[in-house]
Amino acid sequence: MTDMTMIEAIRTALGRALQDDADVVLFGEDVGIDGGVFRATDGLIQRFGAARVRDTPLSETVIAGMAVGAAAHGLKPVAEIQFMGFLYPAIDQLANHAARLRNRTRGRLSCPMVLRAPYGGGIKAPEHHSESMEAMLAHIPGLRVVIPSTPARAYGLLLAAIRNPDPVVFLEPKRLYRALSEPVSDDGLALPIGEAVLEREGGDVTLVSWGAMLMETRAATDMLASEGIEAELIDLSSLKPIDRETVRTSVEKTGRCVIIHEAPLTAGLGAEISADLAEHCLTSLLAPIYRVAGYDTVMPYPRLEDHYMPSAVRILRAVHNVMEFE
Amino acid sequence: MSDPLAFLDADGRRLRDLPDFASDGETLKALYAAMVRTRSFDTKAISLQRTGRLGTYASSLGQEAISVGVVGAMQDADVFLPSFREHGGQLWRGVTLEELFLYWGGDERGNDFAGPRQDFPVCIPVASQFPHAAGVALAMQQKGERGVAVAVGGDGATSKGDFYESLNVVGTWQLPAVFVINNNEWAISVPRKEQTRARRLADKAVAAGIPGEQVDGNDVIAVREATTRALSRARAGKGGTLIECLSYRLGDHTTADDASRYRDEAEVSLHWKREPLTRLRNHLVEAHGWSKENEEALLRSCGDEIDAAAEAYLATEAESPGAMFAHLYASPPREISAQAEEFGDD
Repeated sequence: MTDMTMIEAIRTALGRALQDDADVVLFGEDVGIDGGVFRATDGLIQRFGAARVRDTPLSETVIAGMAVGAAAHGLKPVAEIQFMGFLYPAIDQLANHAARLRNRTRGRLSCPMVLRAPYGGGIKAPEHHSESMEAMLAHIPGLRVVIPSTPARAYGLLLAAIRNPDPVVFLEPKRLYRALSEPVSDDGLALPIGEAVLEREGGDVTLVSWGAMLMETRAATDMLASEGIEAELIDLSSLKPIDRETVRTSVEKTGRCVIIHEAPLTAGLGAEISADLAEHCLTSLLAPIYRVAGYDTVMPYPRLEDHYMPSAVRILRAVHNVMEFE
Repeated sequence: MSDPLAFLDADGRRLRDLPDFASDGETLKALYAAMVRTRSFDTKAISLQRTGRLGTYASSLGQEAISVGVVGAMQDADVFLPSFREHGGQLWRGVTLEELFLYWGGDERGNDFAGPRQDFPVCIPVASQFPHAAGVALAMQQKGERGVAVAVGGDGATSKGDFYESLNVVGTWQLPAVFVINNNEWAISVPRKEQTRARRLADKAVAAGIPGEQVDGNDVIAVREATTRALSRARAGKGGTLIECLSYRLGDHTTADDASRYRDEAEVSLHWKREPLTRLRNHLVEAHGWSKENEEALLRSCGDEIDAAAEAYLATEAESPGAMFAHLYASPPREISAQAEEFGDD
């Protein structure tokens, strides 16, 4: 076990996948000698060579579409889009091709590719570098969408994504790249996609979150504990499919739920979780389900960014509201 | 600027010495038979659509020489990535008539080719097959295969970023790929001259640093010869080629289109004089003793085969509705199995 940050865990998982499987190739903008703008691929071109760690021309459409073709013809491409704001041209390939190839050929061709992209705000990046549009991707039938919130989960989920026989979008909360470290074992073990992580047990209220928002949510649970409110904390980890059972089971126990995400409120994934709980857990609910989310605004430039990001204070306010509901 | 590569004129007269493969009568008869078969399929498909027994269908009338010429030069280990107008190529590669009818009749099983298992199904979103071809070529290069990825798109496709970006990476990485443009002069209602100010679509290869060649797309010998050379270059590790095939869309864009809204019948009539079947038939008659009996026998056998395939397609029951859930993922997530269960298909 070595202490790793999330970026180190991602780099370690990529190295492990390249080591274990000759069909794995990495490509994207600046992933080679530069090691990626966040250094996720640092050193990999030296270890595995320029044929397997490739700098592409600056073409998001080709990065995604070439991954589709390469995956269908026997490689396991792990393609990188440099920032989520530049992922939109790739959506055509994801929605029209990657997600459909198995279905439309009735299994004759498949698309075992991973598209990695850093997402989210909080690092004072220029405009178009801080978006959280995971709900757009989670709406596409045939995809899987994964977001880790710790170094160890990043390692295990990325290996799972690469080994998955179908396309996976792997979104990396870039605010967490270097924000925390923990012991991670490079044991080659994958974590299951589609299973939420119950991080903390508690009987009073269920908090559901993912990605970088876990930072604020974890802080909020500590503050709540000091007030005598025991929150149960779920890291959803997988946005598609959603582990509905784990969320339902928790809410059946606590009777209260607050969902926290950085992405805009309207038609965000909090709405899906809330609707699922309304359908399946109505009689257990003691209070309305609350969402603490980004506003339905364009992501502000860095000087106003902190005002957009859901804060621990907003989470506490929402929890107090559901606790006091009668 | 050189003239488009051509060996036969519109009447089938030799313009120059034929390439080696074209001195063999049997090879030319096979190409001719494939084009006749494609046109017969086209006729049948349109008639089925007009009588409510097939979905919206994109005719390849007049462009048979492109598809057949291109794939005629390919090897089994190559991969074909067609647009939605390359039925002739798919048939030559071993996709069955019944599979094509199934696909155009709205049944995904039509893409589960028994024959060319690595070939891609047709690509409906224009030009988005070119990045796939780059990816297939990358996989071939990476795995040390000697195959080549061959993608075909229309003239309209050359206006899209997908096309330019893919051509660019093919050039940059010297990928074993051949991009073919079926320039049939029309992208639905927009004529070629309103698509781009480029003098030749083949010139778009210049920006990617790869060869671009214009050929008479109604001359199957020229198409096959140009493709053969491009495939050899790719197999020799010399990278990709862009081939622009000049042809004409004699039919509507699809069965849902009415081309009389935007183009003159006189223009269509003019192009009927240059269509690809007549010239090769004239050449076969003149050089290889193709007889009226040969012609009639070919038409009859194509007709019989296509009628039988159509009957088989029409007799094929739709899949069980549960199929829409079954093939989405290798292992369906619980969300999907739960919806399949709720749907309650047996």
